[in-house]
Amino acid sequence: MSYTGLRSLLPKNDLLSFGVLALLLVVILPLSLDIFRLNLIGKYLTYAFVALGLVLCWGYGGILSLGQGVFFGLGGYAMAMFLKLEASSPENTAIQSTPGIPDFMDWNQLTELPWFWEPFHSLGFTIIAIVLVPSVFAYIIGVAMFKRRVGGVYFAIITQAVAAILTILIIGQQGYTGGVNGITDLRTLNGWDIRTDGAKYFFYFLCVFLLFVCLLIAQFVRKSKLGRLLVAMREMEDRVRFSGYDVSNFKIFVFCLGSAFAAIGGAMFTLQVGFMSPTFVGIVPSIEMVIFCAVGGRLSIIGAVYGTLVVNWAKTSFSESFPELWLFAMGALFIAVVMAFPNGLAGLYKKYGEPLLLRVIDKVKAGRGGLGGDLNSKGVVHERQ
Amino acid sequence: MSASNTDFVLAVEGLTVSFDGFKAVNDLSFYVDKNEIRVIVGPNGAGKTTVLDLICGRTKATEGSIRFRNRELTKMKEHQIVRAGVGRKFQTPSIYGDLTVFENLEISFPRGRSVFGALAFKRDEEVMTRVSEIADMIFLSELLGTRADLLSHGQKQWLEIGMLLIQDPELLMLDEPVAGMSVSERRQTAELLRRITKDRSVIVIEHDMQFVAEIADKVTVLHQGKILAEGSAEEVKKNPKVIEVYLGH
Amino acid sequence: MFADYSTSELMSIFAMQGFAGLILFSVFVLMALGLAIIFGQMGVINMAHGEFMILGAYITYLTSNIFADHMPQLFGSYFFIAMALAFVAAGALGMLVEWALIRHLYHRPLDTLLATWGLSLILQQLYRTIFGAREVGVTLPDWLMGSIQLTDVIEVPINGIFVMSLAIGISVTVAALMYRSRWGIQVRSVVQNRPMAGAVGINTAKVDRLTFGLGCGIAGVAGSAFTMIGSTGPTSGQLYIVDTFLVVVFGGAQSLLGTIASAFTISQAQSSMEFFLSGSMSKVLTLLFVVFILMLRPQGLFSLKVRR
Repeated sequence: MSYTGLRSLLPKNDLLSFGVLALLLVVILPLSLDIFRLNLIGKYLTYAFVALGLVLCWGYGGILSLGQGVFFGLGGYAMAMFLKLEASSPENTAIQSTPGIPDFMDWNQLTELPWFWEPFHSLGFTIIAIVLVPSVFAYIIGVAMFKRRVGGVYFAIITQAVAAILTILIIGQQGYTGGVNGITDLRTLNGWDIRTDGAKYFFYFLCVFLLFVCLLIAQFVRKSKLGRLLVAMREMEDRVRFSGYDVSNFKIFVFCLGSAFAAIGGAMFTLQVGFMSPTFVGIVPSIEMVIFCAVGGRLSIIGAVYGTLVVNWAKTSFSESFPELWLFAMGALFIAVVMAFPNGLAGLYKKYGEPLLLRVIDKVKAGRGGLGGDLNSKGVVHERQ
Repeated sequence: MSASNTDFVLAVEGLTVSFDGFKAVNDLSFYVDKNEIRVIVGPNGAGKTTVLDLICGRTKATEGSIRFRNRELTKMKEHQIVRAGVGRKFQTPSIYGDLTVFENLEISFPRGRSVFGALAFKRDEEVMTRVSEIADMIFLSELLGTRADLLSHGQKQWLEIGMLLIQDPELLMLDEPVAGMSVSERRQTAELLRRITKDRSVIVIEHDMQFVAEIADKVTVLHQGKILAEGSAEEVKKNPKVIEVYLGH
Repeated sequence: MFADYSTSELMSIFAMQGFAGLILFSVFVLMALGLAIIFGQMGVINMAHGEFMILGAYITYLTSNIFADHMPQLFGSYFFIAMALAFVAAGALGMLVEWALIRHLYHRPLDTLLATWGLSLILQQLYRTIFGAREVGVTLPDWLMGSIQLTDVIEVPINGIFVMSLAIGISVTVAALMYRSRWGIQVRSVVQNRPMAGAVGINTAKVDRLTFGLGCGIAGVAGSAFTMIGSTGPTSGQLYIVDTFLVVVFGGAQSLLGTIASAFTISQAQSSMEFFLSGSMSKVLTLLFVVFILMLRPQGLFSLKVRR
């Protein structure tokens, strides 16, 4: 991409926030935290993928999905199925009545691998399935709903029902899915032990890398005409439709994109945490992911990452010291973010943080003399909350 | 009759729509010529806005046909009708308040209307010239960088008209374009309408009979979903039935 | 799958399952009525609806304990007092919530959804702190225990019949209130045209508060009725929320009759399948069926085609 192209994709203030986030995730946190804590941050970051997708769907598109856990789960389960098959080689499972199949299948009297497990022997297939299966599923839901102009509250309720259905299905069909415990005891990826510190470092950085890829995709969408169309649709859907656009296609697109992001997050979750279970699929986790996005600021893609980190960090520290207070805090957070801070952390930053930061940087630049001259051009004319 | 339909830009025949048995538009037929300015008048609830809704596909007809340059519109989706060349302005200004005037016009520019087209859309020379051309026409060239919700009511109306003009539709439908405007805005709008109605057919819904007389080629009076009278503004004004139900004595 | 059963056995199975379905139906109706008022009439998404029901259940639990401890001779009638208290408590809390939260959010339905979810988390933790994490149950008075033997294979539990009559009674009351009373007309006029209703002298803020309170009060009564067929825990309310919303949406949000019909359809489908499939699969199939129908007919089963 050309320099001007890059400039228009990442104008000065966005470049700054991307840079600060990169500095935090790539340098500061890995240097200051031990691997246990860093792995925890890596786990939080997998939710940030979901929150990022929600910024596009909900913040920009006005489509609130209460079923993002479904896509997170599908991605995570796809990864877990591959790892489980590798962990269930005939040698490892020789004591089972049917060696070579996952342990929970053996406990449930299954004697052969179900057909839909078969392709997950292949890593290539698994990687494709992680993104494709949730996207196709989202596409089907999207076509069914948006082509019929179902939106807003109804869409939220139906996606929530989908999350409930999938959870009940996973728990009920334990022979095929591992049931309520999920798919556990995952060991190696192509023979490489994923439980070592080295692997944990690797997956942390892979997760950060993929998160930045998704952030850049989201930034590209946001900055394209499609991003402006989403804002336009949220405000005046009929006008967009009567300007010759098939509105439903744009909604389907962001919904699929958001789902693909969520699925990548799910797969990274499985790799870093070492298991996948229905507790990350259902109604409660799905709506919690919405709050990560809301706390970060529903219109800010970078904010989604900070929102996720802050809420999860708070959850972990609260649950460690005052477990009974956590739900109160979480409930208060939901109410506060709606009533008092509808633009979340990003709104607060835009109001107080950014002007201060830009002034400091300009001062430094001016001190060094003219180096950043072109950065002061009006790249921010079309920029807004 | 049907053989000569090709001469008309728009041919509405036997159009009926009912909501739970209530016929808002009842067996309506009318024809709009090329480059004609047609004004639809009538008391509130006569079905004027519903007729526009039917033509642009917002409401589905129960019966009848709407042909635009010999293409049947009743089976088409809204965005297809727009792409075929029908533009519609709503009664209350429908613009995107969170976007600038420039972006409002840019979004309406007829290119990159598919998902991937919109992703690949570039703000090139052609877009810039066209936007500034239109902005000139609608008296908003000084305000291109302004957020649209900061505009006055009249300016919003103009912006929406501009958003239609940038698509260069062959049939333009305006629902009460001067409602709520000040006297000077009204004058400017009349001038704007006269300029933009060259080379295209226009259907206007309007109550102000003086304004109607100024712009109309032909006037259709609707009453209870049916045509009460049709003709020049002068003829219609003298029609006793029209005076009875609409104009008053 | 039918081969193993004789005809008369099958008949009894269907009768029993049908009756189980009727009880489930009553439960759904009770759950959904309050929501049908709040969501259907006011358009407010109250995710804490389940917690309002649980409040009613806990009130009933407390009342039964008080009666058992202090006036055992009146124990047989505690339930009616508990129901009235549940209505008042849940209704009062509902009005408080409307005043503090909901009225600021009428034009932001999705935000209402998130705020009321927050409320539901707070209430859950509150219940856990006060009543403990364990589920509690009430002792039924003697006259509600046991069952009626209809034939030698069919017997129906008395508490089930009681819940059913309760559901019918409350439905009739609500319908009368909405469609016959002056207050009902006010509610419907506020729903249809708020500025106009205000202009003709209806205090719209007060109507909103009372409507929301009534919906929550009915939820409280529903919770009270639930104590007779199951136990209550801090998170029990959350289990109902999806079902409840689907019932209301499936019926066509604006129609009380639709809510009742959809509660009937969903409950019968689920309970008849339950006999042949595992509970979870019949639940999955029922929900899938509802979601599928909603995709075909998003406006719900009963709704009018209106001029936009």
